[in-house]
Amino acid sequence: MSEYDFFIEGDPIRDEKAPEGPINERWDKRRFSAKLVNPANRRKLSVIIVGTGLAGASAAATLGEAGYNVTSFCYQDSPRRAHSIAAQGGINAAKNYRNDGDSIYRLFYDTVKGGDFRSRESNVYRLAQTSVEIIDQCVAQGVPFAREYGGLLDNRSFGGVQVSRTFYARGQTGQQLLIGAYQALERQVAAGTVQMNTRHEMLEVIVVDGKARGVIVRDMVTGEIETHFADAVVLATGGYGNVFFLSTNAMGSNVTATWRAHRKGALFANPCYTQIHPTCIPVSGDYQSKLTLMSESLRNDGRIWVPKKHGDTRDPRQIPEDERDYYLERIYPAFGNLVPRDIASRAAKNVCDEGRGVGTSGLGVYLDFADAIGRMGQEAVEAKYGNLFDMYQRITGENPYEVPMRIYPAVHYTMGGLWVDYDLQSSIPGLFVTGEANFSDHGANRLGASALMQGLADGYFVLPNTINDYLADGPFEALDESHPEAVAAKEQVTSRIDKLLSIQGSRTVDSFHKELGHIMWEYCGMERNEEGLTKAIERIRELRAEFWRDVKVLGTNEELNQALEKANRVADFLELGELMCIDALHRRESCGGHFRSESQTEDGEALRHDDEFAYVAAWEFGGEDSKPVLHKEALEYEYVEMKQRSYK
Amino acid sequence: MNITLRVWRQKGPDDEGRLATYKLTDVSPDMSFLEMLDVLNEKLTLENEEPVAFDHDCREGICGACGVVIDGEAHGPERTTTCQLHMRSFKDGDTITVEPWRAQAFPVVKDLVVNRSAFDRIIQAGGYISAPTGTAPDAHANPVPKPDADRAFDAATCIGCGACVAACPNASSMLFTAAKVTHLGMLPQGQPERASRVVKMINQQDEEDFGGCTNIGECAAVCPVGIPLDTISQLNRDLLGSLSKGVG
Amino acid sequence: MAITGAILVLYLIAHMYGNLKIFSGQEAFDGYAHSLRELGYPMLPEGGFLWIFRLVLLASVLIHIYAAVTLWARARRARPAAQRYKVNKRVARSYSSYTMRYGGVLVALFVVFHILHLTTNHIAPGGRSDSPYERLVNGFQPEFWYVTLFYVLSVIAVGLHLRHGIWSALATLGANMSRRQGTLNAVALGIALIVTVGFLLPPLAVTFGLVS
Repeated sequence: MSEYDFFIEGDPIRDEKAPEGPINERWDKRRFSAKLVNPANRRKLSVIIVGTGLAGASAAATLGEAGYNVTSFCYQDSPRRAHSIAAQGGINAAKNYRNDGDSIYRLFYDTVKGGDFRSRESNVYRLAQTSVEIIDQCVAQGVPFAREYGGLLDNRSFGGVQVSRTFYARGQTGQQLLIGAYQALERQVAAGTVQMNTRHEMLEVIVVDGKARGVIVRDMVTGEIETHFADAVVLATGGYGNVFFLSTNAMGSNVTATWRAHRKGALFANPCYTQIHPTCIPVSGDYQSKLTLMSESLRNDGRIWVPKKHGDTRDPRQIPEDERDYYLERIYPAFGNLVPRDIASRAAKNVCDEGRGVGTSGLGVYLDFADAIGRMGQEAVEAKYGNLFDMYQRITGENPYEVPMRIYPAVHYTMGGLWVDYDLQSSIPGLFVTGEANFSDHGANRLGASALMQGLADGYFVLPNTINDYLADGPFEALDESHPEAVAAKEQVTSRIDKLLSIQGSRTVDSFHKELGHIMWEYCGMERNEEGLTKAIERIRELRAEFWRDVKVLGTNEELNQALEKANRVADFLELGELMCIDALHRRESCGGHFRSESQTEDGEALRHDDEFAYVAAWEFGGEDSKPVLHKEALEYEYVEMKQRSYK
Repeated sequence: MNITLRVWRQKGPDDEGRLATYKLTDVSPDMSFLEMLDVLNEKLTLENEEPVAFDHDCREGICGACGVVIDGEAHGPERTTTCQLHMRSFKDGDTITVEPWRAQAFPVVKDLVVNRSAFDRIIQAGGYISAPTGTAPDAHANPVPKPDADRAFDAATCIGCGACVAACPNASSMLFTAAKVTHLGMLPQGQPERASRVVKMINQQDEEDFGGCTNIGECAAVCPVGIPLDTISQLNRDLLGSLSKGVG
Repeated sequence: MAITGAILVLYLIAHMYGNLKIFSGQEAFDGYAHSLRELGYPMLPEGGFLWIFRLVLLASVLIHIYAAVTLWARARRARPAAQRYKVNKRVARSYSSYTMRYGGVLVALFVVFHILHLTTNHIAPGGRSDSPYERLVNGFQPEFWYVTLFYVLSVIAVGLHLRHGIWSALATLGANMSRRQGTLNAVALGIALIVTVGFLLPPLAVTFGLVS
């Protein structure tokens, strides 16, 4: 069997909106060429925004303020709970407040390099440009960033870079940024420009005459299936890391919105690019429901090591210095503990595979603050990382001020997502995708503190300057619920729910989800190869068939039914998982978070094949039980020279 | 560990509720409280009994979705969120009573799930700084003394879980409102709207049928993120100042 | 609530000061009682200040009670009886704050009795008298131990009411800051203790025969 048994190759695609010319002028050019909407006409134009994380809340607040008629949905009971809130470390911005050689160009360069040359130069440059405005905006909203005694903003450095450009709010930067966006959103709700619908889950997109014109949502309290129309639809629904069951995502994070859009024609790009975060708390038992991240900022002061001896079960404090292997510092002397996430994760996996892992499961490495406490004093360490240390202690019952933390990589972020052009518009006109939900600006690997930057860049500054180009042609024909496309979309949703409730099999939804997660982690996790991926595809297909035969969902649709919600999401994960494996199988190279064991350098680093794979893999849904169709978007590098990443 | 659970079951907002008793064996002390409920739900489902509905999402103590009253204490015996409470805080053989947040302003949706949208409406009333996108001056234009920034941050860490209301004998939301008033009031950017903000938020809070604050202090004692009780005094100072200036 | 409470606390302290004059003998005590009537004379008619003072106190009491009833009603509406917890646990609340409402009712009833007893002398265990000193001494004779007991219990209730009330008033008026929280609570406890003891001494002294 070869990978071609799993997909068909279609025509190449291009980003038609991407401007040309000097890279630092492209965003200006696009803003100038985009059609504008007269403020008086904005009220007549409606936009649906699904998701209220950084990318969704910021977009809703900004578009509402601009005068558009916005309807917003989130599955949580309040927009403030979207999972952006859990981001700990910080947000990058090329402010160069440290005078340490930072610049927009350097942030651009670092991001392209960190993404292992699988992202678009134009997009990344725009992201770096916008980063500067984000900090200003957030400070104006009252985001309490960390400050120094002089009253000015503090910065720290993050994995993969050598400058201090990360702004932070203790270990709760995502929370503070989200609360800022949430407050801006609620202000628009009060002003009547945004209509907020909480506990509503989007289950289908309505496409009329090739344009995205609305969504079908389920009111999660009453079970009512509602139809909403608008002139444009924005998906800001986050990533799909929960396909692995165990991840650092929230329990409710899901792929349904983007996957349903994919099934309606939106291309899904680079699904196999998943980021495994190196610093998470190791798994403790099979009841485990999620993994908890410890901010990567810990790597600034913590030192990562394992015992030199295999199976050394001594108390870590008893292991003398010369019997410890500070393997990141040894292998990557230039970056040490601050190498990018993919490299740190794989290095941890390697030492554990060698049998030098720590903890009862052997799947863990030490993150040691003894040196930092000696150097800075416990108080300073506490001020910087106190809440993370407390969290670690609550979860593990161990005191990290005394015993080194144990960490292990876990799925954290998905760089893949719906394909979008420079305007953030998907391949379905009128369907825009922002934040983690799009395939984004991170290429094959995301640098730390860049997700918050991208979410807010998209929502505050990019989308509000590009969506007007599309909306300028509106308002489009008014629709009502009897439109055949709306009726069909609603029927798809109700029949699927009816089906899920009627199976009454013998296995719970979670048991399927866990099994899918095991398959994905085993074969499509930190290290992938042809044999494993082929096996995974087969097993996912079997599991999917079993799911639709044997899942057990109790209760009815007409009530709060959390098992039904999960079943809907897992059904989509079971389809996405297969596409991820196909994408991973077809990409016979290693790049960023995608590591194919067949493609590595002599010393075990990821080996890219730029001649064959310097493209975005955008997948088209091939139809039920048909092969997906691959469209390649070639990546061209005019400014950054493609070379093998080296952090040594 | 063997655990006996008494869990509030209520089909819908208008239905009668009751405490149902379930027994669980093989509970690991390393499980979180919610993972223990997951295990219960798996068991119930296989026994054809509807699983217990409870709110939860991030399971790392930051989203504020989870929250139940455990043996009479909001979020249970440790000062943390329910998702960060671990079974090692209980003893083998314990009977644990689990109830939803109780307040008129937080009606029960189902079982342990309540509707906390009243909090969103309090924020809508004034819990923001009006700063339309794109209008911001440079981030360094307004230095903020570190103690002010730190205090703003401490207040801003509120996760909106509602434990303060659940624990308050008056079912008052004062700590929630005070946290926001303090967060924004400590920052230079929050000054222009400071006087009107507190009045509008308090009015909204009263409209939502929350009780009045009598400074008992249960709220701050159960707050999983440690919002200090003195934020309430800060709110009162702001309120007295606003009223004396004739705002509102 | 806080402002009227503060007026009442200040009054109680003054009242206690007066009470303690009992230890200086009948003349001093009655003289003090009389002097209150003459305060402000001749700017005010005799007893004028006292009546103004009483009106302020009465208004404070009524407003205080009105505010308390309002708060209580709001609390009932905010968590109706049907929504009470099956299991309750006090985490931070003191016995003092726990008894504010019912203790407040007890205090109000006591105040009525107290005025009928020692001010208007409609209730006169041990015999009526025009001398405040004698009213007091008569009322707390050992054979009227139940009067003393009721007085003692009520004063303790007042003390508990003050313990939380003073702290709460200070917090409501915006005085609380994290650095001060302990101090404010200590002040509340201190005043409550002083007032309680100060009010307990005279009647107990009578009952145990130290003052006759």
